[in-house]
Amino acid sequence: MMKGRIHSFQSMGAADGPGVRFVIFMQGCNLRCAYCHNPDTWSLTGEEYSLLDVMKRILKFRPYFGKEGGVTVSGGEPLLQWEFVAALFKRLKEEGIHTALDTSGTGNLKGAKEVLKFTDLVICDLKFSAEEEYFRYCRADMTEVLNFIKLTEEMQIPLWVRHVVVPGLNDSPADLQKIVKIARLFSNFKRLELLPFRKLCNSKYEALGIPFPFAGYEECPDSKIDELNQLIKHF
Amino acid sequence: MNYSEWNGFKDGNWKNAIDVRSFIQTNYTPYEGNEDFLAGPTERTQALMKKVNYLFALEQEFGGVLDIDTQTVSSLTNYQPGYLDKEREIIVGLQTDRPLKRGVNPFGGVNMTKHACEAYGYKLSQKVENEFQYRTTHNDGVFRVYTDEIKAARKSGVITGLPDAYGRGRIIGDYRRIALYGIDRLIEGKKKDKEELGHRDMDVDNIRRLEELYQQISFLNKLKEMAAMYGIDISRPAENAKEAVQWLYFGYLGSIKEQNGAAMSLGRVSTFLDIYFERDIKNGILTEEQVQEILDDFVIKLRMARHLRTPDYNELFAGDPLWITEAVGGTGEDGRTLVTKNSYRILHTLYNLGSSAEPNLTVLWSDQLPDSFMRYVAKVSCDTDAIQYENDDIMRPQFGDDYAIACCVSAMRVGKDMQFFGARSNLPKLLLMSLNGGRDEVSGEQVAPVQKPYEGEYLEYEKVLEGMVFYREWLARTYVNAMNIIHYMHDKYAYEKTQMALHDTDVHRFMAFGIAGLSVLADSLSAVKYGKVRVIRNKDGLITDFETLGEYPAYGNDDDRVDDIAKEQVQLFYEELKKNKTYRDAEHTLSILTITSNVVYGRKTGATPDGRGAGEPFAPGANPMHNREKNGALASLNSVSKISYDYCKDGVSNTFSIVPQALGHSEEERYANLTAILKGYFNQKGQHLNVNVLNRKTLMEAYEHPEMHPNLTIRVSGYAVNFHKLSKLQQREVIARTFHESI
Repeated sequence: MMKGRIHSFQSMGAADGPGVRFVIFMQGCNLRCAYCHNPDTWSLTGEEYSLLDVMKRILKFRPYFGKEGGVTVSGGEPLLQWEFVAALFKRLKEEGIHTALDTSGTGNLKGAKEVLKFTDLVICDLKFSAEEEYFRYCRADMTEVLNFIKLTEEMQIPLWVRHVVVPGLNDSPADLQKIVKIARLFSNFKRLELLPFRKLCNSKYEALGIPFPFAGYEECPDSKIDELNQLIKHF
Repeated sequence: MNYSEWNGFKDGNWKNAIDVRSFIQTNYTPYEGNEDFLAGPTERTQALMKKVNYLFALEQEFGGVLDIDTQTVSSLTNYQPGYLDKEREIIVGLQTDRPLKRGVNPFGGVNMTKHACEAYGYKLSQKVENEFQYRTTHNDGVFRVYTDEIKAARKSGVITGLPDAYGRGRIIGDYRRIALYGIDRLIEGKKKDKEELGHRDMDVDNIRRLEELYQQISFLNKLKEMAAMYGIDISRPAENAKEAVQWLYFGYLGSIKEQNGAAMSLGRVSTFLDIYFERDIKNGILTEEQVQEILDDFVIKLRMARHLRTPDYNELFAGDPLWITEAVGGTGEDGRTLVTKNSYRILHTLYNLGSSAEPNLTVLWSDQLPDSFMRYVAKVSCDTDAIQYENDDIMRPQFGDDYAIACCVSAMRVGKDMQFFGARSNLPKLLLMSLNGGRDEVSGEQVAPVQKPYEGEYLEYEKVLEGMVFYREWLARTYVNAMNIIHYMHDKYAYEKTQMALHDTDVHRFMAFGIAGLSVLADSLSAVKYGKVRVIRNKDGLITDFETLGEYPAYGNDDDRVDDIAKEQVQLFYEELKKNKTYRDAEHTLSILTITSNVVYGRKTGATPDGRGAGEPFAPGANPMHNREKNGALASLNSVSKISYDYCKDGVSNTFSIVPQALGHSEEERYANLTAILKGYFNQKGQHLNVNVLNRKTLMEAYEHPEMHPNLTIRVSGYAVNFHKLSKLQQREVIARTFHESI
């Protein structure tokens, strides 16, 4: 029986993909982003759930999905458990449910391909526009991300790009222009979502006894996001 | 019959008999378009609204009541005509001779009226007191008959909020009949009915009906007199839209002058009125702007409706509500949408006049509502938090397509059904009473008959359930008996003459019972079954507290283990109620609705096995307990949707608060997602949903600085209130409730 390690479920997700979505947060992450708001998902330990059990949970919320909604698998990094996610998405497609993968795009490309076969939408966080920064703040290789996105393009899966805006770090028009430029390189790019940096996760770091690397940064106000969204229209 | 006022209307059975539904079905124009046609407020409307807002502010400054006429007993013709702005008003008529001045209505009970006057610094005039010295009020009658047992149950709070000292309300006159037929035709019909009944045997039932008919006819005449005082003759049908609104409003106004019932719904008037507006637009008599102006003026009048209440009463029903509930939308039995342009217009008053708790706009949700209307109502929710939703697709099979909502969630066929309102019983207290052998866990007094109290240190599920059987039976019997007494006396001493005149003579009656604290009961039993609960006794051996060990599945997480307990408890109580005969053979119904009384109920209830401390508030209505929902908003909705409407035909109230960000990034996304949520909930047979889209921060701000949000409207259990009209305790309870966030 296929099993996955899952951090938690959210029955009402409206911020991770189109429509009303059931969101599964997978356990385990290979990145260590300095602004990560889910440090409790890093470790690959945690409760195991069978595919059957997860499907049962999802189907309870099917009446809310409507035309647009469905299931989003997030994390953690869902591709670390690509076998489980691929099997889950395959089942969801059999049920006619929309699938979205919220990923950093790093990791095993072969595994990713198996998941993408059953994926309707990829939501990928570009995080930074330069390799040095990416390594510095996320401890990972940005070329992997770009290779992953290339794969989604080849497979013609719609792509939403996300970007966490941290005041003073990556919120200048020039920073954004770079992100937009990269995103537009891909023909399957549909939408850019700017997410405000928040520090609600402070308590999680405290509970885990690890320092929050970005504790010193200011939170990003919603007004800033509105402003930047206006700006992007002119790029 | 035929009247020139009906020119342009299509024929139907409505011409042969009093049949408003037939008139609607043969004449209305379904509207599937969007809101672009709507007109903004005219200068006149804005000026009048400014005046009203000023009076509202003044009323607040005066402690919630602007003025009381302590000399005059409220009735249809006892006050000189009153105006907000005689020159500029379109729809006229006030409850007393001046705006927001409250009348006294001691028919429910003279003591209540005295206290209410005193609470606001007035004194009921000697003249009124003298008048009522020789007059039996409803309250007098009830207490002449109440048994010691009922009094004890009432005092302990296992049954609370009974309408034994105030008007029962919850009756909806078919005010549309006045516009369509005129008063004379209605009187003629009632006279005919009276004559027919006169040929029957004169048993108690028939005699009572004949006397009631006499009173109905007499009050239809008074209604005509009342209108005449404003220079208007409503003996004939309304000949245009403005008259239709005015005629209909006079019916409503007469009813609230006569009765200070707890909930005084308007009914289902928008689509009916749309027919008149359409005719006038077609004939070039009115423009869209003028149509909206008439409707705006009507709604201004409704927003000014007031009753005089005591502070005690406000604890149960906070925010000075009248529940002027108007049911909007729905689908017809033939599958056509009942949404018309006027469904949009009445909702649009929330923009033209600003957000407001009254009238209590209730969208009858159906899977077949036009998409553009679904989007529009979702937008109205996001913008105003002032509307509620009820499931037309589960009510229509029971009530047809011309029902309205009494109070918050109670469906009734307009003009054909009435109900005997019965507040609610406190089921967590029933559980505690059964553990304590019939003693009250707070006072220690013996309230119910003596049985052996629970023995042993830990609670065992089967033993606990067994213990409840006896006391459930006792509670149901005591409750039905109390209700029978109350409604016998209400019919006798405070019969709703105007409203019942606007019903068929042969009316169907419901007796509406209620449950408070369902989630506390379900979680308590779940804790006993799946966790471990140790009892703590005081020195007299009374169980007054519990130690709850281990995790247990809590209601609100879509977990069948506990949701099934909730379902079962509802069914058991309903079936027990049904074993007891009701006054006038009314049909037993049940609701899970608390208004704001969840706070008072909680205060009167000791600690419960779910871990809730003594005196802490219950969750409102059928809501899960605050912050026990761990799987997000939809899991919570799924749990509530499992409560079967078959056992709760009087309604299952659920209040849902979500922060805007959790509903989507952009406004359009939020509308689409809220629509998807409503569809999902109602497709699973949920009955009612209050929707609040707002941040806890906004409420905290309004709590600390009321002046920053003077018109903040929020949905509570089955109705909307202006946040600043809640007591501080109630405000804190609202703030403590779960706000679904998902980021």
